Amino acid sequence: MSDDKTEIDPHSGVETTGHSWDGIKELNNPLPRWWLIVWYATIFWAVVYMILMPAWPALPGLGGTNTPGILGKSDRAEVAAKVSTMRAERSVASQQLMSSSLVEIQDDLNLQQFAMAMGESAFGDNCATCHGSGGRGAKGYPMLADDVWLWDGSLDGIEQTVRHGIRHTSDELTRLSAMPAFGRDNLLTSAEIDDLVQHVLSYSDRQTNPESASKGSVLFAAQCASCHGVDAKGSRLVGAPNLTDAEWLFGGEPADIRATITNARNAHMPAWQGRLDDPTIKALAVYVHSLGGGE
Amino acid sequence: MGLFQKHQALERHSLLLTVGILVVVAIGGIVEIAPLFYLENTIEKVQGMRPYTPLELAGRNVYIREGCYTCHSQMIRPLRDEVERYGPYSLAAESMYDHPFQWGSKRTGPDLARVGGKYSNEWHLDHMTNPRSVVPESIMPPYAFLSDNTLHIENIADHLKTLRFEGVPYTDDMIENAKTDLIAQVDPNADYDSQDALVARYEEASGRKGTVTIGDFDGDRTRITEMDAVIAYLQMTGTLVDFSTYEADDLSNRR
Repeated sequence: MSDDKTEIDPHSGVETTGHSWDGIKELNNPLPRWWLIVWYATIFWAVVYMILMPAWPALPGLGGTNTPGILGKSDRAEVAAKVSTMRAERSVASQQLMSSSLVEIQDDLNLQQFAMAMGESAFGDNCATCHGSGGRGAKGYPMLADDVWLWDGSLDGIEQTVRHGIRHTSDELTRLSAMPAFGRDNLLTSAEIDDLVQHVLSYSDRQTNPESASKGSVLFAAQCASCHGVDAKGSRLVGAPNLTDAEWLFGGEPADIRATITNARNAHMPAWQGRLDDPTIKALAVYVHSLGGGE
Repeated sequence: MGLFQKHQALERHSLLLTVGILVVVAIGGIVEIAPLFYLENTIEKVQGMRPYTPLELAGRNVYIREGCYTCHSQMIRPLRDEVERYGPYSLAAESMYDHPFQWGSKRTGPDLARVGGKYSNEWHLDHMTNPRSVVPESIMPPYAFLSDNTLHIENIADHLKTLRFEGVPYTDDMIENAKTDLIAQVDPNADYDSQDALVARYEEASGRKGTVTIGDFDGDRTRITEMDAVIAYLQMTGTLVDFSTYEADDLSNRR
């Protein structure tokens, strides 16, 4: 049944392997030569790769690391080198940014251009998510391209906000204030809140119930004026918005105002110190200042 | 044909054939299993890693259930542009308690490995409720229903227990208090003692202060929703490891 002579299957004309089971013989269809060559080449390449590149982990005598390979390739070392090259390329301008005041940066054309380019890309990565591209803002997220500022629209003020955030309680220098939730915490009754809404609407001549609004003005003086000011024009010391203008961060419809008084609005902006480096924060201040509303 | 004849002997004796198969499969098995013995060597020595708090774990489970990983990876690659955009590249140590890990090679949305602390809770709520309200060009589907779904917390201790079985160092204490810990992290009316106990338990595991954030994550104080859990999870991703003490240049941390 098995011998060294090759046997040709008469039906198909293909060589058999010589194996026979119950009279059935197995045909020998070898793999195509090109396929075998590629296969052996990959095995050979695996061996070459192991020699060239980091491969075997924790062999004795390597101190717990893997075999480094002849090329000594390390992705992490490469990225560290690339980042330090990048820092070196930017270092002259970065150092200039750090040693100049924000006003000086704005006055020096080259430096200002550098800061703007750096600020624009950092803004797109980190700030535009909330404040919109170009700083157009959204409901609950202040527009940065207008001249309405809750806290401070000066260069230094913007830098302070970016660096330490707003109500970012793990940062000691963060901008901090807390509006009470007058409705939720039962500081005012529902009817009193209605009166306050009417009063707040009256600043923009939209009140529908003058009697209620006049009751509200008494409540406003007692509860709200300490932050929003007697004239309701707001206070930047505590980030209290002006209630007499047409700008409404959380919506200016009666229902919005009612929700604001009931549950309070204490929006949170993260502190970027630590996440972004100092030159980037300065560049961001220059960029945001330039969006249209800088003071 | 000499080799074929020996092969024939193998094929004609079932016991020999069994032994032969066993040897071949064993070689394949060893090649796959042996690297696991060196797993310790592949995980960097870092400070700050701790197991997920029960609330974060519940959020992670919702994250996986909703298939967030199909569009968002959690792996910052060691490339200059990624490091510039997202922060330090992800370490193996940062996913050592992940079962399963959330790495990935395909991104439709941005990488989320270090999204923790980058945006406010309010932003996450707005964004998941209606992504277009804050990012007009976004193609992410809304997940507003997470605010409607009350979080299922009755079996949370079992989740911790299962993960301990897989090697996550949850202590008896953590498992026993899983439910109170979960409530303490999110309920603004929880008593200070249970909040302190939660923070103490997980900061001790972390060896680092400030790794547990307590708060009302979804702005709805009346109940604990899946939105609470998901935001709590997202807000801690990538924040645990203390990079000021991590020695990236150490030879054993090179890859």
